[in-house]
Formats: sequence, structure tokens, C-alpha cells
Amino acid sequence: MIKKIGLGLLLLTGTSSCQVVKEFQKNRLNDAEMILANRKIEKTELSFQSYREGASGANAGKSGGGCGCN
Amino acid sequence: MKKICLTVVGLYIGLFAAFSQSNTDSSYRSRKLKIEEINLVSSYYHQEGDHAAVTGGIGSQKLTDFSNSLEVKLIRYDRANRKQTWSADIGLDHYTSASSDKIDPKSVSSASYADTRIYPSFSFSRENEKKGTEWGAGLSYSGEYDYTSIGASIHGSKKTANKMGELTVKGQVYLDQISLIYPIELRDGNSTDPLKRGGDSRNSYSLAMSWSQIINQRFQLAFLLDLVQQQGYLSLPFNRVYFTDGTVHVERLPDSRFKVPLGFRANYFAGDRLVLRSYYRYYFDNWGLTAHTASLETSVKISPFFSVSPFYRFYQQTGVDYFEPYLTHTPGKDFYTSNFDLSKFTSHFFGSGIRLAPPKGVFGIQHFNSLELRYGHYSRSNTLQSNIVSVHLKWK
Repeated sequence: MIKKIGLGLLLLTGTSSCQVVKEFQKNRLNDAEMILANRKIEKTELSFQSYREGASGANAGKSGGGCGCN
Repeated sequence: MKKICLTVVGLYIGLFAAFSQSNTDSSYRSRKLKIEEINLVSSYYHQEGDHAAVTGGIGSQKLTDFSNSLEVKLIRYDRANRKQTWSADIGLDHYTSASSDKIDPKSVSSASYADTRIYPSFSFSRENEKKGTEWGAGLSYSGEYDYTSIGASIHGSKKTANKMGELTVKGQVYLDQISLIYPIELRDGNSTDPLKRGGDSRNSYSLAMSWSQIINQRFQLAFLLDLVQQQGYLSLPFNRVYFTDGTVHVERLPDSRFKVPLGFRANYFAGDRLVLRSYYRYYFDNWGLTAHTASLETSVKISPFFSVSPFYRFYQQTGVDYFEPYLTHTPGKDFYTSNFDLSKFTSHFFGSGIRLAPPKGVFGIQHFNSLELRYGHYSRSNTLQSNIVSVHLKWK
């Protein structure tokens, strides 16, 4: 499974050769919905998921602290 | 005639130069601290289920949580034209929990039935836009009736020369204190377990690394890796475990846990109206838990200022080595839990959001930059179901 995902990622990055994008060409990349992180409105969702599920992290959020007891 | 022509050309060049000068001046940035944005996020969360850990893996998991967070972000530019960002955030959660009330089931409605958590945080960062570097630090606190957490973080990032790629490294430490509140029948010598009394500590240390890369004008992605080490009292003192011989014990888990989540994000802007946001994470730890998380959100721009964003998230985990349900743990084990959050299950989370960001401000209020609403339904294969509604207001 992990090998397949790894191969997929390699294929994806390998086939999409990176182009240099100038600042004035970044209007789509700078769109609020293109942000490469969780959006602020997802804050409580991430919090309850970290309580209700065994896995957490790798989402540029907090990776510890707080209780998670309920 | 030549003189006139030369004069006109000279005037034109002069005017051009004058405008060039004014353009240079316009790059001057204020050194005064000013408000960049204010964010208010409120959520209402409600869950139902039949596997409460407090009652040993049986009983109601009914819980409601009302959370609010207010963030104020200020910026200024220093003498070297570096951007400084100061951020203050305060969060307040109030929850009621049916299972917490079963720590002492004899009471009609104990203090543990409801609680409030307050969590302020402060952060500072300095960005050198020319060099493509940034560093920052933060402090946080979280306090509720039986739990306090103090956190500190530092981070640094560096962009590639062409500003297409960026490496970010962040270190975080959380120093937590937990009050050991046991189930009523296991307090004060009612148990043969050598239980600790008073409080105990739980510390978390994490190193988070990410690499983000712009592929082209429409496509960007990020690879994320966290290394997390937790040490101390990692059980919860009020979680019961019923053994096959009918005895009841307090949950007991190892005092060390090493977690490794590996994540990948890819965002693509298709055409002029569609944004695809995808995320995948593989997770493993030394308690025997592995998990896969995959999500996809599609933002459809009905107009440049209004979008609708349906989303779906799939999650699957194996259980930890120490999990068994109610009345199935056999005596003689070192570690045991009946907390279904650590059991084997799959979950589905889906819903939709809307975002409104008109150029003249929401409802015509100039600084009311955007309004977002989002609803999600969560369904877990072991009976837990929940709903969440969130709203995000942004002033800029």
C-alpha cells in the first residue's frame, strides 16, 4: 500500500515538471482556498478528530498538549 | 523646432522618472504595529455513541462542546524591511459529557458533568521577503478542571532561490499536568491496584518538517513529516477496564509513545471556478496503531466572491495492542484499555461549507472581509456519530 502511494507520488512529481511562476502569476496559487494547510474554520474539527481517533499530526497543527479525555 | 522636441522628450523622461520615484516611495512600509486581521471561529459539536471509556467500553458517549476562538494578528516592518507578525489567540470551550458524569455514578449531576477549557497563545514571527527566510516562536497555555498544559514552539523556514519551494522546520514542547481523578469505587484504598494519588505529568516533544513546492500556476503540493515523543502518564485515570474475572481496574497504558505521521497535500486550481484540495496521511506508532487518512474538498466558485465547498474524509485505523472491549481483558497483563478511540475502526466525515468574501465587505461592511459556514457529519464504524457546525468571521 505504502509502496503504491510512494510510486504514485514519484510519478506525480516526476511527470509534472516544475515551472518557475512569477509573483504576478500567482493569483490562483494565492487564492484563499488554495492554502497548503488546514483552514481556520477546520480548527474544532481537527480537535475532535484528534480526540476521537488514535492518529494525529502531519497537518501543521498541534501534536500534543490538551487532554482528549472525553 | 528641435529644441521644442527635445524639451518635450526631456519633460516626458522627467515625468517618467518622477513616477518611477513615486513608485519607489510607495514600497515604503509602515513601521507602526497595525492590525492585519482578526479571526473569530465558533463551533458547536454534538456526539452520540455506546462505548464510553469511563464505563469500561459500554454506556453513553453523549457529549456537546461549544468552542470559540478569537485571534488578533498584528504586523509591522522593521528598519531592514522585514515583516514582523505578532499574534494573540484566545480559545474558550465549554462541554457537557454524559460519560464524565459516570466517574461517580451515584451523584445526580457531578462537577465532572460539565467543564470549561481556556487556551490562550501568543506567537511572533519575522519574515525576510528578499531572502525568503522566516523564523518565529510561540507560547501557549491550556487549562481545565483536571488538566493544564504549557506549550512552547520555535520554527524556521527557507525558500529556494526561485521561491518555488520552501522547507519549514518546527519544534514543539508541551508540558502537561493531569489531576488523578479515579472512578469513585477505586479511590482511597477501595482498589488493590498500587494507584498513584494527586497528579502526574505528561510531556510531548515534536519535530515537524514540511516541504512545499509550486509545480505550476495552478498546482502546488506539500510533504509533511512529524516525529512525536510522549512521555509520562499517558492513560486516563477515570477510564475503567472490566476484566474477565469481573474485577474493575483503571486503564493502564505505557509511559512512552512514539508517533510518526507522514502527510501529503496537493491543491489544484482547475479552470476558473474549481479548486481541488486533497490530503493523505499515513500514521504509525509504537503502541501498534497504524492509520490511513484521505480527504478531498472541492471548492466551486459560483462567483469570484462566493464559493461552495463539499468535502469527504476517510479514516481507518488498527487498534492499539492493549485494547480489548468490555469484560474481555484477562488478568495478568501489564497494559490494558477499553477506550474505543484506540480500537480498530473506520470513519467517514462529510459535509459542505460556503464562503462569502465580497470586495466591498460582507453585508457592505468594509472591514468584514469574509464569512464562512461549514457543516460536517462524522460516522464511526463502532456506533459513534457526531455533527459539527462552524462559523469563521474575518476582519481585515
